[in-house]
Amino acid sequence: MNLTLKVWRQETRDSKGRIEVFPAKDIPSEASFLEMLDIVNERIIAEGGAPIHFDHDCREGICGMCSLTINGIPHGPESATTACQLHMRHFRDGDTIWIEPFRARAFPVLRDLVVDRTAFDRIIEAGGFISVRTGAAPDANTTPVPKEEADRAFDSATCIGCGACVAACKNSSAMLFVSAKVSHLNNLPQGRPEKNRRALRMVQAMDEEGFGNCSNLYECEAVCPKSIPADNIARLNRDYALAAARNALT
Amino acid sequence: MPLSLHSAVPSGPIDQKWTRHKMDSRLINPVNKRKYSVIVVGSGLAGGAAAATLSELGYRVKCFCYQDSPRRAHSIAAQGGINAAKNYQNDGDSVSRLFYDTMKGGDFRSREANVHRLAEVSLNIIDQCVAQGVPFAREYGGLLDNRSFGGTQVKRTFYARGQTGQQLLLGSYQALSKEISRGGVEMFSRTEMLDLVVVDGHAKGIIVRDMVSGKISAHAADAVVLATGGYGNVFYLSTNAKGCNVMAAYRAHKRGAAFANPCYTQIHPTCIPVSGDYQSKLTLMSESLRNDGRIWVPGSISIAEKIRCGDLRPGDVQEEDRDYYLERKYPSFGNLSPRDIASRSAKEVCDEGRGVAPTGLGVFLDFRDAIQRDGHDSISARYGNLFEMYEKIKGEDPYLTPMQIFPAVHYTMGGLWVDYNLMSNLPGLHVAGEANFSDHGANRLGASALMQGLADGYFVLPSTIANYLADQQPGAVTESHPEFKHCLEEVTGRVDTLLEIRGKRSVDSFHRELGLLIWDKCGMARSRDGLENALERIPEIRDEFWSNVRIPGSGEQLNQELEKAGRVADFLEFAELLCHDALDREESCGGHFRVEHQFTEDDAEVRDRRTQPGEAKRNDQEFCHVSAWEFAGVGTRPKLTREPLEFENVELTIRSYK
Amino acid sequence: MNALACMIGSFWDSSIGKKILVALTGIALLLFLSGHLAGNLLLFMGKDAINEYALWLHELAHGAAIWVARIGVLTALIVHVHLTIQLSIRNKAIRPNYSHPGTVQASRSSRMMIWSGLTILAFVLYHISHFTLRIGNDYNGGTYQTSLPGHEDKVLNVYQMMIDGFSHPANALFYIIAMTLLCSHLSHGFASVFQTLGLRSAKNGALIKQIGRAYALLIWIGFLSIPGAILFFGYGRP
Repeated sequence: MNLTLKVWRQETRDSKGRIEVFPAKDIPSEASFLEMLDIVNERIIAEGGAPIHFDHDCREGICGMCSLTINGIPHGPESATTACQLHMRHFRDGDTIWIEPFRARAFPVLRDLVVDRTAFDRIIEAGGFISVRTGAAPDANTTPVPKEEADRAFDSATCIGCGACVAACKNSSAMLFVSAKVSHLNNLPQGRPEKNRRALRMVQAMDEEGFGNCSNLYECEAVCPKSIPADNIARLNRDYALAAARNALT
Repeated sequence: MPLSLHSAVPSGPIDQKWTRHKMDSRLINPVNKRKYSVIVVGSGLAGGAAAATLSELGYRVKCFCYQDSPRRAHSIAAQGGINAAKNYQNDGDSVSRLFYDTMKGGDFRSREANVHRLAEVSLNIIDQCVAQGVPFAREYGGLLDNRSFGGTQVKRTFYARGQTGQQLLLGSYQALSKEISRGGVEMFSRTEMLDLVVVDGHAKGIIVRDMVSGKISAHAADAVVLATGGYGNVFYLSTNAKGCNVMAAYRAHKRGAAFANPCYTQIHPTCIPVSGDYQSKLTLMSESLRNDGRIWVPGSISIAEKIRCGDLRPGDVQEEDRDYYLERKYPSFGNLSPRDIASRSAKEVCDEGRGVAPTGLGVFLDFRDAIQRDGHDSISARYGNLFEMYEKIKGEDPYLTPMQIFPAVHYTMGGLWVDYNLMSNLPGLHVAGEANFSDHGANRLGASALMQGLADGYFVLPSTIANYLADQQPGAVTESHPEFKHCLEEVTGRVDTLLEIRGKRSVDSFHRELGLLIWDKCGMARSRDGLENALERIPEIRDEFWSNVRIPGSGEQLNQELEKAGRVADFLEFAELLCHDALDREESCGGHFRVEHQFTEDDAEVRDRRTQPGEAKRNDQEFCHVSAWEFAGVGTRPKLTREPLEFENVELTIRSYK
Repeated sequence: MNALACMIGSFWDSSIGKKILVALTGIALLLFLSGHLAGNLLLFMGKDAINEYALWLHELAHGAAIWVARIGVLTALIVHVHLTIQLSIRNKAIRPNYSHPGTVQASRSSRMMIWSGLTILAFVLYHISHFTLRIGNDYNGGTYQTSLPGHEDKVLNVYQMMIDGFSHPANALFYIIAMTLLCSHLSHGFASVFQTLGLRSAKNGALIKQIGRAYALLIWIGFLSIPGAILFFGYGRP
């Protein structure tokens, strides 16, 4: 198939970006979206140009590295699919495809489609863990965890930290990301001792990193490649309210 | 000076070695620990766990990864599970049994003491992970659930649906994050190690490139830990992440670290086949599919051709025209034959021209009979998510059309040589996880990679590293040492050289060419002729690379072509080492299969039905050793030193699947 | 009291806290709307019913109740508006635009909350000046004084004010537009309250959404019934 790509190009973090147009000719429909970009890049290099830079690593939908906004939708049109698992058969011959980076002030563009998502790491550093030292753990079966609770924690823990939720949000809110981690840990007996502290500190870090608030539009859950539901956000709101109230009252 | 490989295995009965060793190990008091600095390269299960634990102990840690976050290391992609000899199922599991299974699974090519320690430590790993909040699968009673996995007869695999690696990695990432926020670990993401700095024979630092600014800088420490994963991407196509590379390990090798058993590479039989030459990576389908799927190809080349062109639908092939070759050749194990055998058999039928994917490199994994027998719903309950994943990639519904699968490179057992302390022959250089050669011998069992990475990172290395550090004056070597300056210049010169070539071909085109060659000559089945041919071809490709590669842009910016070029340049040298080892090892064992060394009708073992023709034939007389290779110059045959393997606790037997 | 101030202070400083305050003030405004609508609908019970109600409101607790309510609703409104404007400005500043934007599932109502809200605010200001402060009209004059059975003094003829007010097509049009935007605002706002206060879950999410929409629709129909009846069906007009 033959396509027209409209791609965001930006040399460095501080330079001004622009949309450039590239033809993508003879693309096999079995190729993945990133393989389509590989093919285009091969041709750009052969013609002496600068290839389109984009983040990618595992290419099997789990590392969370790929971060393309395709036709205005982070990770593209297929639901529950990362850009690396999106295949060209979902496009039609002659289509024009817009490819932009994940946009948020908190995710500065480093080059072309590559953005800096270290803000997510700093949010986790603020409290997205259980404070247990290696070797200090009791036997794994000491604390039974009801299956439903463990399953719920797992569902939240499947977040791959890609940042699509932020990119899809008109407020650049990181609430789905933060709430998924808070739900994962606060749902487990192991995580409960730090429950209040975790909610307060992670939300504070989220605000300081420059993410917006949640307007409950749920675009985040719609683009989440792991289909993490926005119920997590409700739970975070509750955990936060209770923690803040407790903090103020005691 | 000849290489001396002292394994440092402690004396005493095998089940007391580790306890004794910990007792005899050197201790550094907490006040002094904070004076020592350690560099950890890699943030996967081994590196992340090691960095976090070393920091908890009080060491000052610098951790480096090439990804934008330590949470993205490729450990994340492991699906199946993690083994531990907990015996929660009361089915007779024990540390000794896990030890034996791992030794046998590794085709008796690993060190007994290391493997036993791994089995012992497996118990602590599960405790640790649960305490960290890893949401393992549980039974309704609230206790941990287990599943069984290939190569074992007990249920000892802990799992978190099909994303165990992800959950374990997030556990270690969170532990690492906790230490970063506490100030014990300084994290450098998007930073790639380009060289190891050796001062007076000791590893004392690394040279790195900031992948965003392009700045090349030096970092000194009292010890260096490499946890940089395997080298599967030398084959270009593998189930590894695109960024996985051998650079850190190979740079260390060039600086004097011995590389052990590179020829042990694991090929996984159930991956989605290549669909064209644009293909960038291969995706694994869980092995569990072979429980219900039947593997077949057409009995004749003409039918296979019709299927390849799309003139015949697989479902319309008559029963008598189908060759269920695994069931035919291995009637007792059938479709559940071990990984290496299933992989090789697929290659054979495709080499005969009976392959089915459009490229001719694929076989069917057919669920028709299972669906007829158990119904659509029960197959969907068992494999629903895998079928969806397949459909997402291939665009075909496996409930209606048989899946196409083909083997792909998955894991590498070989790695930098380490002693019992996980220290290489270069004092100060420690190696953990897939990057070392330590525990899996010639073949790794399913669900053991996660176990080894975490064992090394959480429990072994943080304890054994003190044996080295205790003798070191903390902070004795700094970045101002002339060796750092020298090394920095070398690395910068190398990057400049690459950029100045300004040739015609892209980096990927060289990588693909090398990968195809290695897959062909040093993949599932290796022969002397093929390997010798590869050893002739590799230098030719390498020479062309250094004269004709095109890397657009400069070194002072984010430049992905430059990153790839550095990695491919090392693969082009490493590939030779791989082939030399494969050529030297005149036997077949585990992930290394030499066509010259297989059982035939003439062998006594076949006649008395202990094995079958075509099975791997080990040579315990001559090759019961670790092959440790020393760098001797680019294009020069590396120097081989053998570390003999002694077996006191297991009896060497033929791996039989009758 | 100190603890409460401390809590509000900490909420005021965080994004979630702010949203919680927006939700709580939203509840206050939702409740006010229901009460206001119920009172307005007395119009259809006849002149005396609504005038009596207006008088009752003004005289409850010697006239203190209405001021407490007014101050309460006004505070809620100011906090609600202040915080949402503050949040919107920040959100706008931290989100660069896409050259080719896309939306998957966010409803139109949810995407224009700030604009529907600001229009409603403009309407509310006009509405207060119109009916409460009675600026630019002669509602304070003697024409709008009337007798009420059981009362000696003349009372304000709210009934007539409403009939006359909505007989102006321009007035009624602005009212209709504002109420339609209010309906849109509520259809997202009602369900949002539950999400922000952490009361929504996978199980009740769909139900809350339905109830929110139904509530918004009821409010819309209720409020529009008045200008509709007056303007189109000549209710109360000579």
